[in-house]
Amino acid sequence: MIKAILIFNNHGKPRLIRFYQYFAEDMQQQIIRETFHLVSKRDDNVCNFLEGGSLIGGSDYKLIYRHYATLYFVFCVDSSESELGILDLIQVFVETLDKCFENVCELDLIFHMDKVHYILQEVVMGGMVLETNMNEIVAQVELQNRMEKSEGGLSGAPARAVSAVKNMNLPEMPRNINIGDINIKVPSLSPF
Amino acid sequence: MALKIVKGSIDRMFDKNLQDLVRGIRNHKEDEAKYISTCIDEIKQELKQDNIAVKANAVCKLTYLQMLGYDVSWAAFNIVEVMSSSKFTYKRIGYLAASQCFHESTDVIMLTTNQIRKDLSSPNQYDTGVALTGLSCFVTPDLARDLANDIMTLMSHTKPYIRKKAVLIMYKVFLKYPESLRPAFPRLKEKLEDPDPGVQSAAVNVICELARRNPKNYLSLAPLFFKLMTSSTNNWVLIKIIKLFGALTPLEPRLGKKLIEPLTNLIHSTSAMSLLYECVNTVIAVLISLSSGMPNHSASIQLCVQKLRILIEDSDQNLKYLGLLAMSKILKTHPKSVQSHKDLILQCLDDKDESIRLRALDLLYGMVSKKNLMEIVKKLMLHVDKAEGTTYRDELLTKIIDICSQSNYQYITNFEWYISILVELTRLEGTRHGHLIASQMLDVAIRVKAIRIFAVAQMATLLDNAHLLTGNMQRNGICEVLYAAAWICGEFSEHLENPMQTLEAMLRPKVATLPGHIQAVYVQNAAKLFATVLKSQEGNTEGTPAQETSQLMVERLPLFVQSANLEVQERASCILQLVKYIQKLQQKDVEVAEEVSALFAGELNPVAPKAQKKVPVPEGLDLDAWINEPPSESESEDEQPKAIFTREEPKHSRPRHTEVDEKELAKRREVRKQEQANNPFYIKASPSSQKVYQETHGVEHIPVVQIDLSVPLKVPGLPMSDQYVKLEEERRQKDRADKKKKKKEKRKDKRTGRGKRHDSGPESEEDITPAHMVDIVTEEMPENALPSDDDDKDPNDPHKALDIDLDKPLADSEKLPVRSHRAAEALKSPGEDGDAVSAATLEPRKKRSKEKREEKKKDKDGDRKKSKEEKKKKKHKHEEKEENLLSGQADEPVVQSEESSQVAAPPTSTSAEVSDLDFWLSNAPVPSNTQEAATVAAAAEAASVPEAVSGTAPDSEPEEPKDAEMEETKSSKHKKKKQKKEKEEKEKKKKKKHHHHHRHSDAGGEESVQNGTVEEEEPLPSMSNYCLLAENSYIKMVYDIQGNLQDGSQVVVSVIFENKCDSFLKSMEFNVLDSLNSKLQRPEGSGPHDGLTVPFQLPPGVSNEARFVFTMQSIVMPQKLKGTLTFIVKNDDSSTHEKLDFKLHFTCTSYLISTPCYSDAFAKLLESGDLKSSSIKLEAVLMPFHHLLARICFHHHFSVVERIDSCASMYSRTIQGHHVCLLVKTADQTVSIDAKCDEPTLLGNVLDEIKQTFSQC
Repeated sequence: MIKAILIFNNHGKPRLIRFYQYFAEDMQQQIIRETFHLVSKRDDNVCNFLEGGSLIGGSDYKLIYRHYATLYFVFCVDSSESELGILDLIQVFVETLDKCFENVCELDLIFHMDKVHYILQEVVMGGMVLETNMNEIVAQVELQNRMEKSEGGLSGAPARAVSAVKNMNLPEMPRNINIGDINIKVPSLSPF
Repeated sequence: MALKIVKGSIDRMFDKNLQDLVRGIRNHKEDEAKYISTCIDEIKQELKQDNIAVKANAVCKLTYLQMLGYDVSWAAFNIVEVMSSSKFTYKRIGYLAASQCFHESTDVIMLTTNQIRKDLSSPNQYDTGVALTGLSCFVTPDLARDLANDIMTLMSHTKPYIRKKAVLIMYKVFLKYPESLRPAFPRLKEKLEDPDPGVQSAAVNVICELARRNPKNYLSLAPLFFKLMTSSTNNWVLIKIIKLFGALTPLEPRLGKKLIEPLTNLIHSTSAMSLLYECVNTVIAVLISLSSGMPNHSASIQLCVQKLRILIEDSDQNLKYLGLLAMSKILKTHPKSVQSHKDLILQCLDDKDESIRLRALDLLYGMVSKKNLMEIVKKLMLHVDKAEGTTYRDELLTKIIDICSQSNYQYITNFEWYISILVELTRLEGTRHGHLIASQMLDVAIRVKAIRIFAVAQMATLLDNAHLLTGNMQRNGICEVLYAAAWICGEFSEHLENPMQTLEAMLRPKVATLPGHIQAVYVQNAAKLFATVLKSQEGNTEGTPAQETSQLMVERLPLFVQSANLEVQERASCILQLVKYIQKLQQKDVEVAEEVSALFAGELNPVAPKAQKKVPVPEGLDLDAWINEPPSESESEDEQPKAIFTREEPKHSRPRHTEVDEKELAKRREVRKQEQANNPFYIKASPSSQKVYQETHGVEHIPVVQIDLSVPLKVPGLPMSDQYVKLEEERRQKDRADKKKKKKEKRKDKRTGRGKRHDSGPESEEDITPAHMVDIVTEEMPENALPSDDDDKDPNDPHKALDIDLDKPLADSEKLPVRSHRAAEALKSPGEDGDAVSAATLEPRKKRSKEKREEKKKDKDGDRKKSKEEKKKKKHKHEEKEENLLSGQADEPVVQSEESSQVAAPPTSTSAEVSDLDFWLSNAPVPSNTQEAATVAAAAEAASVPEAVSGTAPDSEPEEPKDAEMEETKSSKHKKKKQKKEKEEKEKKKKKKHHHHHRHSDAGGEESVQNGTVEEEEPLPSMSNYCLLAENSYIKMVYDIQGNLQDGSQVVVSVIFENKCDSFLKSMEFNVLDSLNSKLQRPEGSGPHDGLTVPFQLPPGVSNEARFVFTMQSIVMPQKLKGTLTFIVKNDDSSTHEKLDFKLHFTCTSYLISTPCYSDAFAKLLESGDLKSSSIKLEAVLMPFHHLLARICFHHHFSVVERIDSCASMYSRTIQGHHVCLLVKTADQTVSIDAKCDEPTLLGNVLDEIKQTFSQC
């Protein structure tokens, strides 16, 4: 089982949090802080597993994380999950994000947290891995987006226009913080 | 209306959407909180509007704020509103918000039931999907109960997208509503073979998750998973299944044997590291589960260790980490194979990655031996010096202590070295483990008598240099060591070289800066020292030095009397007064030394940490019972306001009457327990009790060994542990030389006297004699301490509720609550509805069993039809269904046997499944037509050569072909696979006719001779436990008896009936004459003399197996039961009635169940002393020792606990829980077996039976 999925940036700012077990909000924040503290002080060339912090789980839980450019993707899982499998899953998730957002960067996650959630929902459900096939995930996400668009119709149009206008004067919208090193060699990616 | 919509959307234009909110927050970095609070106000306004779009937008923003840590539960109702929007866009927003912030105590959840139900049945699959996803996050017991049925229907939805989500969410439903597990399970099982890989994977996922918590209920699925494992190509599924098998194998060692081959194949073939790693992991689990049985899997272990080495050597840190992790699992059972990679692991200690270093440290723990302990610790000490971060250094420190102190200091040969290591460790700055070091010092000094002189000298030096240690005053800091030092110097002051100097050191004014509890120890032990000093000084000349000492005490103690710490103050003032009094006496020239030292006479013994808990409560003593009747309430109320101090006062006269309710009582008990636990002196309250608790091997019985003189006793200044390494080397060399000499002498002796065998191999572990005989004082335990600790499971574990037998047929009452139509609903609210159902399930068994009986009746009629139908269906689907391992033996005989056992073993139909499983497990090569299975079987065959011991393998084939095959397998395992396959297929056909034919084990010896290849450990001959029951010209019966693990009074007799004639045998009836002690279990309602119908018919040449359950009262004696089998022989033209008498022989062996046992538990058991012993000798046993052991294991259901050369300890237990322990030794064809058991009669009989077994061969 996956107990929690956290995405935060190099400064510990949460970009997405998804707990599959109830924690009160302040506890959630504390967990994020602790996890960030644990993860951030590790070099990039050390292993991606961490015996869990004291807050989340116990000895049975592990933190499995990947660091892409400015973002940390952290999964907290118990012993029923395969460590390398979860690493692959993170990769699948990130690649899916990359496909759905076309060259994903941190800003995409910042401004479209809801969409990231919807994508994640197609990968992990209730703490269990739902789908690992990227094409299948992307297809489902796109179908749902299309449905949303068709529903939007007339009433959605003005809002979209406004948001497009708002985005025009956005000097801070550079897309250069790409999650570039997406093609990190994953030992067992091919068969998935 | 249209206008309103337009107006609404225009309004919305100026509302903030999520992006605006995010942007706003980013632009207000300085006053973020303030900005957000205004945003929340806006959101509150938006939520008040009617427009659902506005609301949805607001909820979406709330979801974002929730991530930032803001509590948004106040908007829960609005979230529900948005969830119930008809538009997917908004619904999705609502469900997302709900999944982020709803939890079990959110009260609006109960409003959602109907909405969710509506969404679940929506024609739009994404509505359903969104609802399922949301529900998976916030499902409550109520929701689970109300929606279980709807979700179950969705498991068969046409869209795989919905199916897989429905399957996954079932796990959450089971957790919240355990009653749904049994009704839903068949369908879940079905989904394991869903055509869509996603659904299949989801089902595997759920079952694995369930099985991980309660593995035993899922054993019966093993064949199905096995099939999936050999057929699936989805790595996710494979990984899950392989992990699941890892959890199942400890329960069923036979499963492990079956798994090893396919897993090894996967290990060889897969390119995916994740899969490889999990395979290795499961193979390790299998090996662990097997290791207690037969230690003959060195090839697999080697393979695992090799693969792991490759992982560890990989440049990828992740693989390195995982390799080490898995290595540590192997270490537990096969330390030797890991020890050969010591170089690699030591290398990992230098890795830059801390996680990896920590893993490597874990491994070191198991790799030490007497030989290399010093060397390894030396290396660690170097690391301690180098380590920069305190956390890692502390970790190293604890590891060093762990490694050295493990299993009662097993590996320490020189305690002086250890003490100096500890002293060296005290020089670490800023460590938090002062307490740990201190307790080690105390432990060693108390328990190793011979070391005390040395320890005291070291501690005195420490006290002298106390100023070095007092830099770190924080709690648990290194100054804790002074606590130990002071206590050791005080308690063992007779060994002190210069007690006066130490006394002075302990009374320095600087001591007053130490933490209170240390000062208290200082004061107390200063008094002890004082006593010793007095004693030595008084003996000499006139009293001046003695008086000076007293003067010193009188001068220094007042400092402590002023201490703020109560305990220090109390002790100091007590002792001060005492010394003043002594001074007075001294002035009168009275000899006081004797009396003063009498104050501290007697030795303090270590008490085992659990000793207190294990004191059995004397019979008839109820500590919670009232001594006097509790007074009426009014009275007690008057007494309640009591001063704090009076409460503490001991009450001797009469028990105080206070109003004490249950809670209070429990609380007090708790407090008392804690007090006792914290009070080191508790058990010694009365000196007399000490005697009582002393065990036979108390302190007095331990020989005090002289210290090796090669180590200088006086080490000036602080010691260096390094020098001991050198000294130890020298000592060992000397020892070796000595031994050689002795050996030579003995060899001379040998010629004259009766020779005893001497191993003259290379120096092994055991050869290293410790410098100090490790005369460790055993900890005290109460006399009749209870041997086992029962570790209770966490009662709050939600998975406990899911421990449900899934193989029992469904009762009618076990249906998921279905929403019924209005008429019914008018009467019941959904809540009541559920209650009614749960009440129904709780109803006494009576009703259920009635129903079951009815069902069974129906089954009997319907079964045959059904099975035929099934068969047809399956054949339609795929041809390969025939090899479906579980139901696949759909060809006549086995279907029948399935039915049969249902009838034969009436208590539960579980046994049908179980026996199926047994069948699957025991039948390594499964009859099959497909290639795949054939290869698996062939492979299994190849592997099973060395492990042919496999307890239950009744797959013995006609002898010759097997022999030929065995040779073949050896010569060319791989090349000739194809040929072999063909051959095997032929064989199988043959076998079908021959079927299981069971020769008695006497063939075994022959075979091993024929085999001829003399290896180190020859492969074992195959054996069978089946022995002849009776035989005539029509039929032959062989049988085997197995204890039933689940029930302490049942044994299962498996009888194989073989038709030897050309006619059809039918209407077989099996009957025995019950004795008082043992009874055949008959179906309910039949009389005690009725026979059981054997549930199958036998065509010519066919054999089949049926199982019969017997109930036993006493199992200490072997028994014989007379019985008869009646049957009809049917030819084409005629039929005759025949019968065959037989005698069922229940040996005592058949009540034994081979149970793994760890050597420490085994040792404890032997020590416990309530076992009676007995022994036998077997002369002229020609077989190799491991064959002998295998035979005992196999025929008598023992398992090997430990084997050292020609000596082995074995263990087994009976179905009623008697322990049987054997010590088997062999020398010169003579085997002596010493045995212990708590039931002497049983033991005698078991030994007789063992003797018999070996006299036969």
